[in-house]
Amino acid sequence: MRLALTLLLITLALPGRAGEIVGALSQNRVSLTANYSGSEILIFGAIRHEPAGGGNTRPDGTGRAVIDPDAPPRPFDVIITVEGPRQPVAIWRKARRFGIWVNVDVAYMASVPSFYAVATTAPLDRILTPEEDARHRISAGQAIRAEQVTSAVADPETYPRELLRIREAAQAYQRLERWVYMDRDILFRANVRLPTNLTEGAYTTRMYLVRDGEVVHQYRTAIFVRKEGLEQWLSHLAYNQPLLYGLLALGIALAAGWGASEAARFLRR
Amino acid sequence: MQIYLPIAEIVANALTLLGIGGGVGVLSGMFGVGGGFLITPLLFFIGIPPAVAVATGVNQVVASSISGVLAHLKRKTVDLRMGTVLLVGGIVGSGLGILLLRLLNRLGQADLAVQLSYVGFLGVVGALMLQESLRAWWRSTRAGPAQRRKLHSHNWVHALPMKMKFRTSGLYISVIPPLLIGGVVGVMAAVMGVGGGFLMVPAMIYLLGMPTKVVVGTSLFQIIFVAGFTTVMHAVTSQSVDVVLAFFLIIGGVIGAQVGAVIGLALKAEQLRILLALIVLAVAGKIALDLALPPQDLFTITIPGRH
Repeated sequence: MRLALTLLLITLALPGRAGEIVGALSQNRVSLTANYSGSEILIFGAIRHEPAGGGNTRPDGTGRAVIDPDAPPRPFDVIITVEGPRQPVAIWRKARRFGIWVNVDVAYMASVPSFYAVATTAPLDRILTPEEDARHRISAGQAIRAEQVTSAVADPETYPRELLRIREAAQAYQRLERWVYMDRDILFRANVRLPTNLTEGAYTTRMYLVRDGEVVHQYRTAIFVRKEGLEQWLSHLAYNQPLLYGLLALGIALAAGWGASEAARFLRR
Repeated sequence: MQIYLPIAEIVANALTLLGIGGGVGVLSGMFGVGGGFLITPLLFFIGIPPAVAVATGVNQVVASSISGVLAHLKRKTVDLRMGTVLLVGGIVGSGLGILLLRLLNRLGQADLAVQLSYVGFLGVVGALMLQESLRAWWRSTRAGPAQRRKLHSHNWVHALPMKMKFRTSGLYISVIPPLLIGGVVGVMAAVMGVGGGFLMVPAMIYLLGMPTKVVVGTSLFQIIFVAGFTTVMHAVTSQSVDVVLAFFLIIGGVIGAQVGAVIGLALKAEQLRILLALIVLAVAGKIALDLALPPQDLFTITIPGRH
């Protein structure tokens, strides 16, 4: 919390604008080691409100905002997204052929996030207009779009929807509405749980300050996920020195198989 | 205890892996089989990507065969010449199998092909084994006059060209059938992640007419080289061998095999074979059922270029 206070002081010192957001993470490195079993990241930060009077605007009916000193300042909302490294995917559809279920159709998408979480202070459709969502590509449905599908399937829009559904069921995509906790309209925090089957790479974390359905300000940082220790060494070897890795696998199998049966023979005596 | 598998990229329970290795090890100790045909489907069932299951299964075969190979070499119950011919076929077959798997992978049909070959091979071998062992059991309970068996019967195999002398087996036959048998077993090692003993042993006895005492040693000799070669090939072409996964399976397997060997001594040979045939049929049935029943999800996601 001391860090949050420091942040608060920093934001208070920032030059005044329509409102600003600044944030931080409880950790910006996640190590995938042999005993990795998921991790929880605390994302927190502070909001700087605009100078007095700035928040008291109201629409005047012609689309222009006028200052209304009597209107109460409308509260901000916060949206946090965590986006894992993008990957190409193939989405296969099964159908029954000759009595068994086989893959019949495939749709490819060039680049979809391997992980995607959206945490908000209130239901997303209530705090963000669809246009703003599309512009900033905030919701998961915007982050992976049907136009991306690059193959001749009859119903290209089905596949991204199924991708979304499967990944949401697997907790790889998370919709965390009312998940961001706001404290006195200044401080905010949210816990995002990273699953166990993480892809290595940078997890871009964006924090959006939202008011009247529009993004007022955003702040960006990242969590770095990498394999560490033995796991890192092994997967590095497997991808960069595959022959050596294959021989190592063979050597381990021979040594373990022979060694263990010798040990068993020794014990039986 | 949860562990992260660096190549499969999933977290698995170490005890589950030890249990699978150990359970299959018990069976392989009881029946004297490698157990690859059980390890690989069990890995599918717990959610290991099929490519990783196949490549890691074949790596495990190396570990479960090594002590057998050494024992047979010491007892001189290996026909090295026949083993080498089978091995040449096996290496070629394994190479072809790897190419086939890559092609199928691109078409999205690799998993299906692996499952179908499991159903086909295990179904046929299990049914034959069951029929054979039931008949033997029936005969043994009726204690009739023992039939005199010929050393081996002459069939079409003996009419092929390119004959070669296999002194240890006492055979003078063409090299084409052993090359083909080795080749088929090689393809199976690459595609299914098995040693292939369950196919090779009957083929050597019934097709080639090899004496029973050298059959097991010679097939193990071929299996260990082909499985080793296939492990390295999988590692090089698709990076799908997970040594952490293999390590737990191997440790469980070797301990299980010792337990299984003790249990095996207490049971009668015919009963053992009936039991093994039933297990083989059960695995084939389970995979067939998975293919025939509507899947939980009609859609699956894969990452192209990765297992």
